[in-house]
Amino acid sequence: MRIGWRFEKAPAPWWLRALLPLLAVAITFLLTAALLVVARANPWAAFYTMLIEPLTAPVSALEVLVKATPLLLTGLAVAFAFQSGYYNIGAEGQLYAGALAAAWIGQLPIAHTLPAPLVIGLMLGGGFLAGMLWAFIPAILRARWGVDEVVTTLLLNTVMLYLINGILNAFWLDPVTHWPQSPRIAVDYPILVPGSRVHLGWLVGLTVMVAGWWIVRRTPLGLRLRAVGLSQDAARFMGVNVARMTLIAALVSGGIAGLAGVGEVAGIHHRLLEDISPGYGYSGIVIATLGALNPFGVGVAACFIALIDVGGQSVSRQLGIPSFLADVVQATILLTTLALLLLTQYRVKRVRR
Amino acid sequence: MDQTLLLGLLAATLRIATPILLAGLGETLAERAGVLNLGIEGIMLVGAIVGFSVAYSSGSLWLGLLAAMLAGLLAGLLMGWLAVTLGLNQHVSGLGVTLLTSGLALFAFRLQFKGTATPPTLEPFPQLRLPGLGVIAPIFEQYWLTYFAFLLVPLMGWVLSRTTFGLWIRAVGENPQAADTAGVNVARVRYTALALGGALMAMGGAFLSLAQLGMATFGIVAGRGWVAIAIVIFGNWQPGKVMLGAALFGFVEALQLRLRAIGLPVPYQLLLALPYLVTIVALALAGRNAAYPAALLKPYKRED
Repeated sequence: MRIGWRFEKAPAPWWLRALLPLLAVAITFLLTAALLVVARANPWAAFYTMLIEPLTAPVSALEVLVKATPLLLTGLAVAFAFQSGYYNIGAEGQLYAGALAAAWIGQLPIAHTLPAPLVIGLMLGGGFLAGMLWAFIPAILRARWGVDEVVTTLLLNTVMLYLINGILNAFWLDPVTHWPQSPRIAVDYPILVPGSRVHLGWLVGLTVMVAGWWIVRRTPLGLRLRAVGLSQDAARFMGVNVARMTLIAALVSGGIAGLAGVGEVAGIHHRLLEDISPGYGYSGIVIATLGALNPFGVGVAACFIALIDVGGQSVSRQLGIPSFLADVVQATILLTTLALLLLTQYRVKRVRR
Repeated sequence: MDQTLLLGLLAATLRIATPILLAGLGETLAERAGVLNLGIEGIMLVGAIVGFSVAYSSGSLWLGLLAAMLAGLLAGLLMGWLAVTLGLNQHVSGLGVTLLTSGLALFAFRLQFKGTATPPTLEPFPQLRLPGLGVIAPIFEQYWLTYFAFLLVPLMGWVLSRTTFGLWIRAVGENPQAADTAGVNVARVRYTALALGGALMAMGGAFLSLAQLGMATFGIVAGRGWVAIAIVIFGNWQPGKVMLGAALFGFVEALQLRLRAIGLPVPYQLLLALPYLVTIVALALAGRNAAYPAALLKPYKRED
């Protein structure tokens, strides 16, 4: 009789699943330490500066929340679409659509006379609508003619960047500085924590997070959306209107991404600039995946990725390491987590044969 | 239309189409074998940056090109490990590869040229004029990589449709179970397609930095990888039609450049977006009944 080991498809024990994020970070550390050595930096010091130091002071810890605000919304946007089987990679463009709408509404003459909460409401509504509109193009192409949404949403991101660039340079060039930026908006998001930059957008994000969970997990609509995500054929067989669900998933996703843009305009920059997003839309895909498409998981993942972003800038400033380190760390964590998730589906068993 | 203007337009079309065609052919190879490689945008950037960095420090454009292709090959293998060996979701892992490879390339680039204020440049590949063409000669004053890219089209068509290797690729992309039963090593064929495809994508990126521009910037690829993905669908996974897609994009981009030179009363950024919009429209018209490789996006696991 021989004794051997065999992989079996079964859920891994809970302690392994709980250890998974830590394991992913540890492996990422090992992999990226090589880069830091090449850059002549101490990996321990760099990772301390990146992942621990920002949390030791209230100012930088709150700054992580500021960074997490747009990431939470783009992460939720992507997760909402993905769990319905719609691969919306266009959150970046939809974010800019929302930002454009908020900046336009905020600088209207009437915005100076209306009560502030109403203006904020209009900016939120306008931003959601604009994100939806920009998401409508690839969504209708997919729902009607089956055109692959991955490609069209990616291409529309590039189109949106040129569009924003064109609008800023043609209509909103600053008369004094000739800098491409929109006029200052009349009403800003209120600041939640005095002395910090944490703004209303954080609450907007948390609200969308809870609402998203409620819709997806507790309503018939959510059930249909998830059914389409699991198997289009099975959902169709159950009598679900697949094209309609795809459209809903895409539009809501676009709207949520638009809210991320509203927050960056109304909470941070107070005007539209070309570079209000350093790729929040793309990070949203990383965050949605790390959060396992669960809204609360997305919340945790958004804070974690925000920490890497804030910490990455400190590393860059203090140790003179290119800030692209943060991108590499993000991508490595994404790929290692994906690979490790496989492990949680299997358990190793000792067998006699 | 003025004759020199037209000839110039056609010459620019071929030049602009080159990197997209090279990358598109690489993607065709991967997708025909059943793997969507969304790492393409990052791999093109790696090609552009690695090619430039190595050529700049070694003084040899050829060495730069070789290093770029090697880096692309490695990135293709990474995609293979994720999508073939581990069988992960190809959308997410592909975007992960784009994030990772572009992050790595830019990290290294920033490190190499840390102290330099002005962006470094190098003397790019020369353009070669084909002899004995008479009036249309101005069209065929191109970089050798352009000629190579267009010659690769019939070659790849032939490989895919007439050779055993091509048969294997199509088999693992359409019906991996049957291919496996017939004794084809599915994983090995997919890895090979991804590695060769990655090298071609990186070559497309290196064309930008080593031929067209003679310099490298962070935004050098500017969504061309996504365009390449689009023209592969537009071209129905056939090299000849993929070439038509690349030429269409190249033509609209060249036209847009001419329109800008004339000075239309439109913000030029909107003209810049035109080729991308045309690509979407072309995709909507042609992609409706796209016949995807049957096993695309599906990892293969042998049933025990």
